[in-house]
Amino acid sequence: MSSLLQHPGHEEESLQRVSDQLPCREVQAGTLLSLMGQPHQYSYPSIFIYGHRSSGKSHVLHVLLKELELPHAPVSCVECVSVALLFEQVLLSFFGADAASLLPRSPSLSDFVRVYRNQCSQSPAEQTRYIVMEKAELLRDADANLLPALLRLQELVEDNVTVILLSEIVWDKFRPNTGCFEPLLLHFPDYSKGELQHILSHDRHPSYSAEFYSSYINILLGVFYSVCRDLRELRHLPHAMNVAFTCFCVSSVKETDTHKLWRNMEPHLKKAMQTVYLREVSSLQWEKMQQMEEKESGALRGLSAHTHVELPYYSKFLLIAAYLASYNPARTDKRFFLKHHGKIRKTNFLKKNEKTSNHLLGPKPFPLDRLLAIFYSVVDSRVAPTASIFSQISSLVTLQLLTQVSHDDQLDAPKYKCAVSMDFICAISRTVNFEIVNYLYDFL
Amino acid sequence: MSTCRQRPQQGNQGSYEGSGGCFVFKPSAKKKKTALSLGDHFVHGCEGAENSELRFKLCHDLWDKIQTDTEALQDELNRNILDSLLDFTRKCSSTRQHSDWASQMRASEIPTAALVLGVNVPDHDMTFQSLSDLLQQSVTPHVASVQAKECGGKHLMKRVLERLMDTVVDDEDEEEAEQTSAQLNKSVHCSLSTLCAWYNAKTKVSIFLFQKSNTVSPGKKRCSHVGDDLQSPPLVIIFKDLEAFNPRVLQDFILICSRYIERLPLMFIFGIATSPSTIQHMLPHSVSSLLCIELFQSLSCTQHLATVIDKLILTPQFPFKLNGKVMQVLISIFLYHDFSVRNFIKGIQLALLEHFHSQPLSVLCCKKKAALLNVMHLGPQDLERIRQLQSFKRYVEKQDPQEQVNLFTDDTHLKEVCQKLIKNLRQYHKNYYPILRCLHTLTSSLPRYPLGKQIRELHLICLDKNIWENEDYQSAMKLLKMLAKDQLIALLQRCEEILQAAKSKNIKMALVQLEDMLSKFKQLDSKSVEDSITSPVKNLQKKTDLFQLQKTLLEMNESRRSKKLSPFEALRNEALEFIDSLVNHLSAPESQTLNEVCYYTSSATVRRHLNATPRTSIQAALNIPYYYLQNDRLKTEDGIVSNAAPDICIVYKLHLECGRLINLYDWLEAYSTVVSAAEGNDPGSDNFGKVDDVKHARFIRAVSELEFLGFIKSTKQKTDHVARLTWGGC
Repeated sequence: MSSLLQHPGHEEESLQRVSDQLPCREVQAGTLLSLMGQPHQYSYPSIFIYGHRSSGKSHVLHVLLKELELPHAPVSCVECVSVALLFEQVLLSFFGADAASLLPRSPSLSDFVRVYRNQCSQSPAEQTRYIVMEKAELLRDADANLLPALLRLQELVEDNVTVILLSEIVWDKFRPNTGCFEPLLLHFPDYSKGELQHILSHDRHPSYSAEFYSSYINILLGVFYSVCRDLRELRHLPHAMNVAFTCFCVSSVKETDTHKLWRNMEPHLKKAMQTVYLREVSSLQWEKMQQMEEKESGALRGLSAHTHVELPYYSKFLLIAAYLASYNPARTDKRFFLKHHGKIRKTNFLKKNEKTSNHLLGPKPFPLDRLLAIFYSVVDSRVAPTASIFSQISSLVTLQLLTQVSHDDQLDAPKYKCAVSMDFICAISRTVNFEIVNYLYDFL
Repeated sequence: MSTCRQRPQQGNQGSYEGSGGCFVFKPSAKKKKTALSLGDHFVHGCEGAENSELRFKLCHDLWDKIQTDTEALQDELNRNILDSLLDFTRKCSSTRQHSDWASQMRASEIPTAALVLGVNVPDHDMTFQSLSDLLQQSVTPHVASVQAKECGGKHLMKRVLERLMDTVVDDEDEEEAEQTSAQLNKSVHCSLSTLCAWYNAKTKVSIFLFQKSNTVSPGKKRCSHVGDDLQSPPLVIIFKDLEAFNPRVLQDFILICSRYIERLPLMFIFGIATSPSTIQHMLPHSVSSLLCIELFQSLSCTQHLATVIDKLILTPQFPFKLNGKVMQVLISIFLYHDFSVRNFIKGIQLALLEHFHSQPLSVLCCKKKAALLNVMHLGPQDLERIRQLQSFKRYVEKQDPQEQVNLFTDDTHLKEVCQKLIKNLRQYHKNYYPILRCLHTLTSSLPRYPLGKQIRELHLICLDKNIWENEDYQSAMKLLKMLAKDQLIALLQRCEEILQAAKSKNIKMALVQLEDMLSKFKQLDSKSVEDSITSPVKNLQKKTDLFQLQKTLLEMNESRRSKKLSPFEALRNEALEFIDSLVNHLSAPESQTLNEVCYYTSSATVRRHLNATPRTSIQAALNIPYYYLQNDRLKTEDGIVSNAAPDICIVYKLHLECGRLINLYDWLEAYSTVVSAAEGNDPGSDNFGKVDDVKHARFIRAVSELEFLGFIKSTKQKTDHVARLTWGGC
């Protein structure tokens, strides 16, 4: 295994440490190391690494650069809302704070290159310098010249520097229209099941034996692998299940009895399938709930179980009116809200394109006056058009139960959409004894 | 106590002096002289000016008491959830320092508290304020709370940094504060790495200070309260209204924070108004998996209101009362519109102020001793006002003729009677509330709640009219008659507990009676009830014809009706009669003499102030300009606008006569005719009704004002036309 990671220019010992920390990623690490070459050699100007989330991209690079003590600047593109922050971070980690302060306010790319060249003429690189850009896909939204420049930064600054881009999407989606220097592509494939098990077994609780823990992980993967392959999520699981697991371990003496383990853990795992995968509850609360459940076998309640929202009376009707306005075609309002509408069948209304259910198409925008007209017709008492009715509409918007479609600045005839689900509105209308289904065009 | 007393004084004048103090370089002596204190505002335009200052003082004291009470109540109600939140933060900051397996696994997650507060957003401010105060006192000095409306675009990070760094920068090193804020203005430095550096420096300094203060000067307790986890006090960021945040901004912020979680002990508190599932709606899984969310649910606002009503309204402690209609307005605003307890209390404040402002006899609306004293100081005018009171007139009618004359002529006698009446009123309140509670306990568990589920509903019924005249009360009593023994005993025992707390003489007597009755109920258990009820069915003869059978059945029916009651039934009836007699104390407050002193009755005022109707006021202003302008020239018959009215009123009136589309030129002509008449031009002359430049300009201005108010809008359907947006003519 360690033979893979034998490269001239690096100490055996640190390479060993690297390979210990990178289980199942030896091949990729090896390729990277050979690309990097010996520290003093020039490396390829830019490397593009892609692979799914939690396939170990950042981890591998982080460990490599750190353990081998190579000069590097880790940059997250999320954090760099402006290029200035990016430049500053790079200069800061290569040349110290003085260099960073040389940058002018709102620097351009050429400012950066100038400062960089200045600095590196004073302290030329003895080893290859690495700039690691995480979440590189955000670079596409930055200035058009940034990505091409970064790709050939080595030429621009005439220094031994390599830019490594990390992304979850493929290079094809990056390539600018104007063309650019092609980086070396490196793919990190997903972990296989066996690899996952190997990695998960690594962070075992110190009190259990390795064999026993790995059989436990095996059971866990057997249940969850079909639905979830995300390592980060899977790592979260064993310790979310920790309480149940320790309970079992305390009760049974024999650690080797995997069959018994399976029988004991299965119900807990099944329950976890419902909630923990969504991270609805924190691991802490999950543990608490498990304990609670042992006392009283109540139904498990995750975050999504708390969907009930208490609203003031008129807000409920406003929301109902908004829902009706969103899901009924405006032509049909007459049919639903006029007392003497005559007999109008659904077939008379039906237009060709309306054969599909409105609920499949999603909510449609409606103007404020239509909302109020429907509101006054569904609410059973006479309501004065007071300021608080209008302020309730805007507070429904802030609570994200309605969304404003038109721009905030438009005072004249604003448009809204209803943003709640059918279940939600049914629950709301039940509390005010309103049969919403009778008023919906789709259910006619 | 002394601080409580002094605070209103400060608030009183401080608002003006404080604002003067802000402009140190521009002493506005002129302003100060003209500035009126709150009391002066109160006295100005107040009914019955002679004792207005006294009334202002009473009102002020009462409001202060109400305010401190509600604040204490709010703290009490929030204590549970705040305590658990504090525990949560403490635990999170301490687990960071542990290195056991579980906390290591969790190290990469940002601890987050999801605090579900309900949709009554106006109330949240107070909760967050006390939360951040408590956090700063006992857990960490680094607390930043942010609101969505100040964090549009990229400002979230900036705000957080400002708050975190400013809270700690003490006033002693002002220069440093300015430096940091100057730095922050340069957006280059607005990143978490700045915060990291600052935090490291800060903790080092405070550790150093802490050690110094421990070793060198133990008396210096500057940072001792930060105490046990001084090593790394967490940085708490409170998002007051999570729903209103832009999801993208929030996601990015969380992503950035999670990169620094190893270096900075960050913690989030999300204030959620709707339901916890909003977190999932706002944050994708890749972001929410960076958080370790724990859920905290606060008390629902209806419970909150119930407690406030219980402690503030259903108590004889406060002399000021609301009548049924005002109460109804306040409660319906709460239930129908906003769910906000804060606004409810504001409503009470408004009623209080209006009461003391408009009712001169409110001098008597205070504690018993003060009220009795104030009665003696009443002026002749006030006594006349008392004689005019409806309730007092009713009282007089019941007296004998000699007494009636005395009451109308002899001022000292009237004062004595008033003292007596005030005592009676107090006595009435002392009886009212405990008995109301008793009745509520008895009826709140009945099927279909004839007298309401909540005590406030029962209170409203009682305020409205005498409760025993209410049909629902009768049906409730009928239902009570059907209660089983153990249920009835349990209810009566709860009543007993309620009555025990009361101090009034009548109540004490009632309590004795009730205890007596309860002991009788208990004796029933021991006494073996052996009522051999001989069933008449047995007497049925074997051979009966139809006539015989009918006869016996009828007899049976008769006998059952007149059957002797079992001891339990007898006792139950006795108990119900007892309750009925108690309920006699719950007569409607309007029947009480001098109730006008304590009860605020103008529900229309409260409604107008709290539930404003902007559209109606605009229409009133346009239709009847006299209503707001109070200029005699504008006074007209109903429905007609004087031609001297403001331009916009004339234009509005003219536009009411038009259809959906209005021809601008016709409109202008009509307007010009009306205005010419107002100028007193001779209708026969050539110039009459001619449009000159000034009129044209005035017309255009009025029309654009109407457009701004939303009555018309421009249209492309027809040239030189505008579309009307409202319906109905004149």
